Amino acid sequence: MKHVGRVLTGVVMAFLYAPLAVMVIFSFNSGRSTSVMQGFSFKWYAELLNDSATIESVKNTLILAIVSAIIATLLGTIAAVGIFHMRSKFLRSSVMAVTNIPMMNPDIVTGVSMMLLFVFVLGLMGAQNKLNFWTLLIAHITFNLPYVILNVLPKLHQTDKHLAEAAEDLGCTPIQSFFKVVLPSISSGILTGFIMSFTLSLDDFVISYFTSGPEFQTLPIVIYSAVKKSVKPDKYALSSIIFLVVLILLIIINIAQSKSDDRTQKEVSH
Amino acid sequence: MKKLFSVILVLVLALSTLSMTGCSTSNDTVKDLKGEYTQELAGTTLNVFNWGEYISDGSEGSLDVIAAFEKLTGINVNYSMFDSNETMYAKLKSGAVSYDIIIPSDYMIERLVNEDRLAEIDYSKLSNYSNIDKAYTGMYFDPEEKYTVPFSIGMVGLIYNTTVVTEKPDSWGVMWDKKYKDQILTFNNSRDAFAIAQLYLGIDLNTKDKSEWDAAADKLKEQNEILQGRVMDEVFNKMESGSAAIAPYYAGDYLTMVEENEDLAFVYPKEGVNEFVDSICVPKDCGNYDAAMMFINFLLEPEVAKANAEYICYATPNMAVRDDPDYLFYQNEILYPAEKDRPRTEYFHDMDKDTRAYFEGLWEEVLQS
Repeated sequence: MKHVGRVLTGVVMAFLYAPLAVMVIFSFNSGRSTSVMQGFSFKWYAELLNDSATIESVKNTLILAIVSAIIATLLGTIAAVGIFHMRSKFLRSSVMAVTNIPMMNPDIVTGVSMMLLFVFVLGLMGAQNKLNFWTLLIAHITFNLPYVILNVLPKLHQTDKHLAEAAEDLGCTPIQSFFKVVLPSISSGILTGFIMSFTLSLDDFVISYFTSGPEFQTLPIVIYSAVKKSVKPDKYALSSIIFLVVLILLIIINIAQSKSDDRTQKEVSH
Repeated sequence: MKKLFSVILVLVLALSTLSMTGCSTSNDTVKDLKGEYTQELAGTTLNVFNWGEYISDGSEGSLDVIAAFEKLTGINVNYSMFDSNETMYAKLKSGAVSYDIIIPSDYMIERLVNEDRLAEIDYSKLSNYSNIDKAYTGMYFDPEEKYTVPFSIGMVGLIYNTTVVTEKPDSWGVMWDKKYKDQILTFNNSRDAFAIAQLYLGIDLNTKDKSEWDAAADKLKEQNEILQGRVMDEVFNKMESGSAAIAPYYAGDYLTMVEENEDLAFVYPKEGVNEFVDSICVPKDCGNYDAAMMFINFLLEPEVAKANAEYICYATPNMAVRDDPDYLFYQNEILYPAEKDRPRTEYFHDMDKDTRAYFEGLWEEVLQS
């Protein structure tokens, strides 16, 4: 029975990682295909360094993801704390309903409606190029917020309500009690929200396409626009590099974590 | 703790990539310039909106057109890309961004002209315009030659694997041949897929007759059981690896595929093929008209047009390139067939809303049957 479990896990892992493996292997292909291996070469990695358009779009994507994740996390945490302390049940459930809208809506609806909003507002202000980095950022923050709120709220529910009161009894100001007592206990929710926002922002195409201007193209837009002619293979090199970075990160974290686990175990057993 | 550590590591790595600039060793100088370019517009911005992978960008030692133009004129070019005429139209129509140069296809230009969204081009500023093949001027979408400059042209044909399809096919009908069950691919969009059925049945590609669209839809439904799949750029992999044997696609893309798999061959079926022209236009609300004219003239430079034609692999309407013996596809029979081998061609026209809604509805039926 245990063997069946292991085999099943192996099959699922193979299914998940096979496409990545193919991509990494064919990023070393001297030809353009991902099905016919013409020869081993580092050509596409060299081409990637030369490809200023792709590198520019990667930079843009990362800047956008980080900034929108940070702002969304800040706003989302504040919002979650506010929602948590709402007395009126009606108000709370309506705010939660509105929060869920960007999450439930198909991306194209969010994208097009935000584009029309920006056109209308900036048209009133008389700007000619109405879409730029700021409109894109606002759109990204908008669709990231629900995920942050939905990650922080459960954590707030889990913490003991009376802890904050107890801190204030012992002499903290409300702000101090928030930062020293409440925040540490919800910190894992905040971090999860941040990571989710970062990932969603990195990945987004539809909303980015409709709310971005000509000066700021993100990587998903660059890749998707090659759909008629097939994507240039230096993108495989790029994806392989990203995959390698993430893999190394995870290995480091797991080693560090297991070392600290060993240490705490040793301390406990003494 | 684990999460915080991972977040910090990600941020550090992300920030380190930001310091990586494209150390460009690519070619950004045009050796033999025919036109005159000054730095008078230096510092201004030009917004270009083009198909993806549709301009020579310096890879594999080719000319980086955008970088070359920026160096020559000091104009800052913002290059954006779209994946289909329809998404480009949506962005243009919303008034959200003002582009100075767009490169749509024939039927979309027809729609833009009809809706009066294009500015007239000042051909007196285009010293290289005489290079353009007259056959591609004054076309149906721009009969008075006021709004467009042709950029890239091509025809759709049939690609097949000679090890599977042993006799050379000469008709679109081979895509309905049960002998090649599960090895046939077709286009994953309504217009191109219907076009094949319409050409085979001898129907006008731009018919307004609903019964003719029905007949084409029925023919497509017949194909469903022997079809391997509907594809766009997946066709490259499938044909190169041999997992499919028959696919319709653009002539230039066949030349890319045959480099990876020599068993592939190409034919223009006798019933006729779809021909397309992608032309450069200037939208009415452009912000930098003079820079746009300079850019168009630059694209018409023989060396620049040659770099583009060699990168895109489609046929070019620029005679200076076609007559150049150094051109990679000089007198290539697939891209430039001789008069006697040239198939009958039809262009897509812009369809009215009613017909469009009707055949899109039919397309949904075909996809589901």
